[in-house]
Amino acid sequence: MPCVGDWLNSPLSIVQGIFAQNVANSDWEKKVTEYFNEKLKENNATNWVPSLNDVPVHYLKPNSLVKFRCMVQDMFDPEFYMGVYETVDPNTNARVLHFGKYRDVAECGPQQEIDLNSSQTVTSERQTFYCVPVPGESAWVKEISYLTEPAYISASQARVSPSTSYTPSRHKRSYEEDEDMDLHPSKQKEQHMGSGGDIHGCVEPKRLETEASAGHHVIAPNCSPPLDLNFPLPGEKGPACLVKVYENWESFKVNDVLEVFGVLSVDPVLSIVNSEERDSSGLDPMECMDTAEEQRVHSPPASLVPRIHVILAQKLQHINPLLPACLNEEESKTCEFVSNFMAELSPVRAELLGFLTHALLGDSLAAEYLILHLISTVYARRDVLPLGKFAVNLSGCPRSSVFTEHLYRLIQQLVPASFHLRMSIESMNHWRLVPRKDYAANRLVSGLLQLASSTSLLIDETQLEQGQLDPAGVRNVTALGNLITWQKVEYDFNYHRMEFPCNINVLIASEGRSLLPSDCQVHLQPQIIPPNMEEYMSSLLTAVLPSVLNKFRIYLSLLRLLDYSISDEVTKAVEEDFVEMRKNNPESVTADDLHKMLLVARFLSLSAGQTTLSRERWLRAKQLEALRKARLQQQQSVNGNEL
Amino acid sequence: MSSPASTPSRRRGKRGRGSNPPTPQDARSPPSQKRRTDDSTSTGDLQPMPTSPPADAQSPGAADALFSSPPQFRHSAIPLDFDISSPLTYGTPSSRVEGTPRSGVRGTPVRQRPDLGSVRKARQVDLHSDGPAEDIVATEQSLGQRLVIWGTDVNVASCKEKFQRFLQRFIDPLDKEDEDIGLDLNEPRYMQRLQEINMVGEPFLNVNCDHLRSFDENLYRQLICYPQEVIPTFDMAANEIFFDRYPDSILEHQIQVRPYNALKTRNMRNLNPEDIDQLITISGMVIRSSQLIPEMQEAFFRCQVCAFTTRVEIDRGRIAEPSVCKNCNTTHSMALIHNRSMFSDKQMIKLQESPEDMPAGQTPHTVALFAHNDLVDKVQPGDRVNVTGIYRAVPIRVNPRVSSVNAVYKTHIDVIHYRKTDSKRLHCIDEETEQKRFTEERVEMLKELSKKADIYDRLALALAPSIYEHEDIKKGILLQLFGGSRKDFTHTGRGNFRAEINILLCGDPGTSKSQLLQYVHNLVPRGQYTSGKGSSAVGLTAYVMKDPETRQLVLQTGALVLSDNGICCIDEFDKMNESTRSVLHEVMEQQTLSIAKAGIICQLNARTSILAAANPVESQWNPKKTTIENIQLPHTLLSRFDLIFLMLDPRDEAYDRRLARHLVSLYYQSEEQMEEEYMDMAVLRDYIAYARGYVNPRLGEEASQALIEAYVDMRKIGSGKGMVSAYPRQLESLIRLAEAHAKVRFSEKVETIDVEEAKRLHREALKQSATDPRTGIVDISILTTGMSTTARKRKEELAQALRKLIQSKGKTPSLKYQQLLDDLRAQSETAITKEMFEEALRALADEDFLTVTGKTVRLL
Repeated sequence: MPCVGDWLNSPLSIVQGIFAQNVANSDWEKKVTEYFNEKLKENNATNWVPSLNDVPVHYLKPNSLVKFRCMVQDMFDPEFYMGVYETVDPNTNARVLHFGKYRDVAECGPQQEIDLNSSQTVTSERQTFYCVPVPGESAWVKEISYLTEPAYISASQARVSPSTSYTPSRHKRSYEEDEDMDLHPSKQKEQHMGSGGDIHGCVEPKRLETEASAGHHVIAPNCSPPLDLNFPLPGEKGPACLVKVYENWESFKVNDVLEVFGVLSVDPVLSIVNSEERDSSGLDPMECMDTAEEQRVHSPPASLVPRIHVILAQKLQHINPLLPACLNEEESKTCEFVSNFMAELSPVRAELLGFLTHALLGDSLAAEYLILHLISTVYARRDVLPLGKFAVNLSGCPRSSVFTEHLYRLIQQLVPASFHLRMSIESMNHWRLVPRKDYAANRLVSGLLQLASSTSLLIDETQLEQGQLDPAGVRNVTALGNLITWQKVEYDFNYHRMEFPCNINVLIASEGRSLLPSDCQVHLQPQIIPPNMEEYMSSLLTAVLPSVLNKFRIYLSLLRLLDYSISDEVTKAVEEDFVEMRKNNPESVTADDLHKMLLVARFLSLSAGQTTLSRERWLRAKQLEALRKARLQQQQSVNGNEL
Repeated sequence: MSSPASTPSRRRGKRGRGSNPPTPQDARSPPSQKRRTDDSTSTGDLQPMPTSPPADAQSPGAADALFSSPPQFRHSAIPLDFDISSPLTYGTPSSRVEGTPRSGVRGTPVRQRPDLGSVRKARQVDLHSDGPAEDIVATEQSLGQRLVIWGTDVNVASCKEKFQRFLQRFIDPLDKEDEDIGLDLNEPRYMQRLQEINMVGEPFLNVNCDHLRSFDENLYRQLICYPQEVIPTFDMAANEIFFDRYPDSILEHQIQVRPYNALKTRNMRNLNPEDIDQLITISGMVIRSSQLIPEMQEAFFRCQVCAFTTRVEIDRGRIAEPSVCKNCNTTHSMALIHNRSMFSDKQMIKLQESPEDMPAGQTPHTVALFAHNDLVDKVQPGDRVNVTGIYRAVPIRVNPRVSSVNAVYKTHIDVIHYRKTDSKRLHCIDEETEQKRFTEERVEMLKELSKKADIYDRLALALAPSIYEHEDIKKGILLQLFGGSRKDFTHTGRGNFRAEINILLCGDPGTSKSQLLQYVHNLVPRGQYTSGKGSSAVGLTAYVMKDPETRQLVLQTGALVLSDNGICCIDEFDKMNESTRSVLHEVMEQQTLSIAKAGIICQLNARTSILAAANPVESQWNPKKTTIENIQLPHTLLSRFDLIFLMLDPRDEAYDRRLARHLVSLYYQSEEQMEEEYMDMAVLRDYIAYARGYVNPRLGEEASQALIEAYVDMRKIGSGKGMVSAYPRQLESLIRLAEAHAKVRFSEKVETIDVEEAKRLHREALKQSATDPRTGIVDISILTTGMSTTARKRKEELAQALRKLIQSKGKTPSLKYQQLLDDLRAQSETAITKEMFEEALRALADEDFLTVTGKTVRLL
């Protein structure tokens, strides 16, 4: 590959080149983005770019091009920087123009000084986002996005080592490990994984080493208490990043999932400058306008929180690496992929249904509803009403934690991002669900509910004991309720609250009816009671072929993105049906029930790959609802007898 | 001390050239010069060399003040930031504050304005080599009227003259501000202000930039672009006029002009590099304020050996400590004397953009403010303020050890003027901001819209389109959003009349009541949403807590106070506990909230409309019962609702059909169609905001008549059957509704059609909620007394029947309780419960007809 190394390894020199050519006119910035756009469009060039998600920061070359898949956790204030500046050599008085874009530090030669008052100086504006890896991202997403080409690209193109920047990691490996790798080529890849995606389950010696070195940064003398990287979910790892955006930053929102391509900046000078400032802050009131906390948060050591100067950024519709990143119809490749998959949709659905039926202890109705739930997504909002949310309350779950635990593991294997919220009095009282603005540090302190769009949230109520919620607990439960009913989270800004719309699939597992609201309650009727739940559930996953599992994943991610419509004809039929139902028994069917039925019908059609509602599907939806309701009534009467 | 000899050495012309727009940088000079009170440098006298003989000799008073009476100077003995060596002062020394005539003589000292020049130090970086020569040439070449300040197009003399003319002549009788109490609007406004300064002694002149703009567009532009140069000129102009008029006046320091309401920027998000060094006004909320920072302006050193003293200025935040005493040549003998160093007050404040300005899905921006001297501690966290100031960008200091520089600037605003949008002023400010918020076209569009005949229906339809039908309820909520006109009867002792309309929705669960509430909550800027279930009395009102940082008791306001001038949506109203509900009594009629907690006794404004939703007690609405019985709320509270709607599930085929179609359409409509409706929401919001801000309808003659008739009619309906169906409260409701309806039409006058609609809506609501289920007659007393008149009448009849029964028994002193009940039952054709019987007994006992003791009834 000619000159790939160039724009990958030293993008700034390319920018410098373009800048030098176009100093006179101001559109050099446009030319730069155009250039990189072109480069990245070339066949799979995006795969050449090393990803911060996979490769630890210290293996990446500073000032090289990197990509990062992340969620915008917080937005800092815009900053003004020297877009163009001039340096002067005090001896020769020679003046040179430089660009400050894509850089943190205004560079100048050893014998030069920056002329801060030059008339050539251009002040520009850029926006900083604090980005974290997508919270709750499943291990398989990381694995696949690192190991394989996107599935829709033919496997013939062998993967080439992403860039020279990663090679140092090999040199660092010990001799035995190298030998080891030669023997097990497959393990080599795992090693890559281990060193990059720290979330990978198995702990290997290699990983410990990298972690130790990462830990070393944390205990660096400059910041004695470890910096809270502000991940929404506990136990998350991976780099947090300060992403500097130069264009269209208004279009990005908090909690958006982005893929950014940009220049990695880990200049140690950044940390030094900051520590300097802190030293002198007592002397100079000009500099102490930010508190020490704010300093720490807004300019953390670059080794811990690297900076990325964005050249290209795009919002991601989904993070499933098995699907093409952008599902627009223009691209023939995408179309082909979609139509190919649609062709084999029904066997996949049948298999998935079977799989989930086993997982739900042989209850096929619940499995059906689970599929509907997993492909549901908020597709629109009508004034305040979110449309397309389908929060399911799976009641009648066995009280042992084993079942929900394994159910979660299973869901985790299917969806790209998920979180298991184990509700208990203790946890509700102590957890911070709702993000809160910390004015001292001037940042948004994340909470569990700051999740990216289409994250699956499994709320486990089975472990809930009797007890009293304190005010914080009540607030947390209210927040969960709001999330389910309105699909929004009210972030706490101390003086006021702000609503952030979200799109989170909530599945509530409970013994009886959940204390949280839900769109529909499905009572689990186990057909099999396995003697050893643990064994039974874990054997389920191992029984599924990886290729089949991948199909499930594609299935669930793809169907969410399909469009849907109802023809006039069917509308009429539905109307008739509704009127008829009401005539017989107005108490039994309300507007709410119609809502539910329409929802079920929508997802039922989509799950079969149909984008319009047919009469049969409508009847089937009605039938499902009737079955579900009958079950609930039965359950109620049973409970009533017990009492 | 005040040796003029030191001056020339300072004329290094320490000035840098900013990137945009270039401004001259003033260096520092000793305070003695700042306080130069040389009469010879009076107006018009152009003195190229400002190094005049020691001025203090001519004004011993001032000199005394400096050295012997520090208290008077604790603020003001700060060196002025205008360097004599700056071209500015060169060209027109008189144009500087220190040149103001008589200032020293009369004992009014000059005071430094750090708000105008604190950036200076950072800007003069490494430019010592540039001699002042060029600048001097540039300005000295034309000492006449064509002289401009270096780097700008500001001619000091003409600028001053224009501003003086502005002060002397500006009259705008139409523009009324809330501070204008006592001002004659037909007289020059700012001359009256100066008079005020003379009387009150607060040497600040606030100037509305809008006035300036209407007076002289060019001067306004100069002010916005070069505030650092123009404001001192204004200062001087104001002082000249002031001391001309009031030569005997003695102020704490000279008048400082504080412009406000610059139209440059309204929103923090719009700030961009072009605004640097310009005068801007932004609004926001204070989120953090620092402690007072004493900023050293000048350090005072004394030699330990020979007591020689010297002053050293702060240079870029550092003090260059003299290593050698100039007098005795001892090294390292100079010690800093804190008491004689000079400090100025400074405070760092963080301002966050107001929640209304934030685009959805983004986090708020913040900006740092520096307040100086007087403005320190003027605002507290939580205050909403409009700040006028100069936007600054400072490069982060060059690190001496590393050759490269952090390429980022730090930005802040030097505050010149605060305008709090606090509760006292809220009403006026709202109008003002609203005025600014709407563009001409928008207003035109809204007005155009208001002329449509069916605007009322249109708006009602645009309200919560996803909720099906319930048109009257939507109309009611619409009128609530507009609200009535605010009336003030304080002088007649009745206080404020409530202008807000309260609405209660009750009905079956699952009839999208919550959804309506959510919609309203999202629609209005100051909406609060609470649930009666979770909220306590304190959550609604206010509570006192200890601030974790300051450890002081602070009042945290609850939902009702927060929604002052807005709408407070309370869901599950019926689930609210008794004590919480009782709080609402005051709020819903008096529109205030009294708090007596932890030694804090106060009354807060809570001019909020309440939109509440309640579920029936028996989960399903029982049509056989009255509203009160269904929702179990005290009638005292219910009567405070202007409109009470029932949201029932209608059982009607046609309705079902339409509902089904509506719902189905929700499930496949495309994004674009949704978008369209979303646009409508923005229009609706603006429409309401405009009407609330501008339209203040008054009752017309006809309308008054119509209202009177309506009220009389309502009372008549009842009186025929021996009951009252309307109370003055209902009349007030009618008036409010009629006013709100007039507002919908953007009409300044309430007309008969408004009254008609108010009547209709009121009747509709009554029909739904105040119908006596036993008789089917609308009966307001269900709401006002909790019992329908028929029920009361029946009670009375029973008592009479009982009395007759007892009397018919002849002269028996006592009767058996059970016996009497049985007799009565046998006699009556309707069923008589024990309760009814007891009630009748009680009624008779009240009439002193009998007494009940245990199981016997004694006649009296």
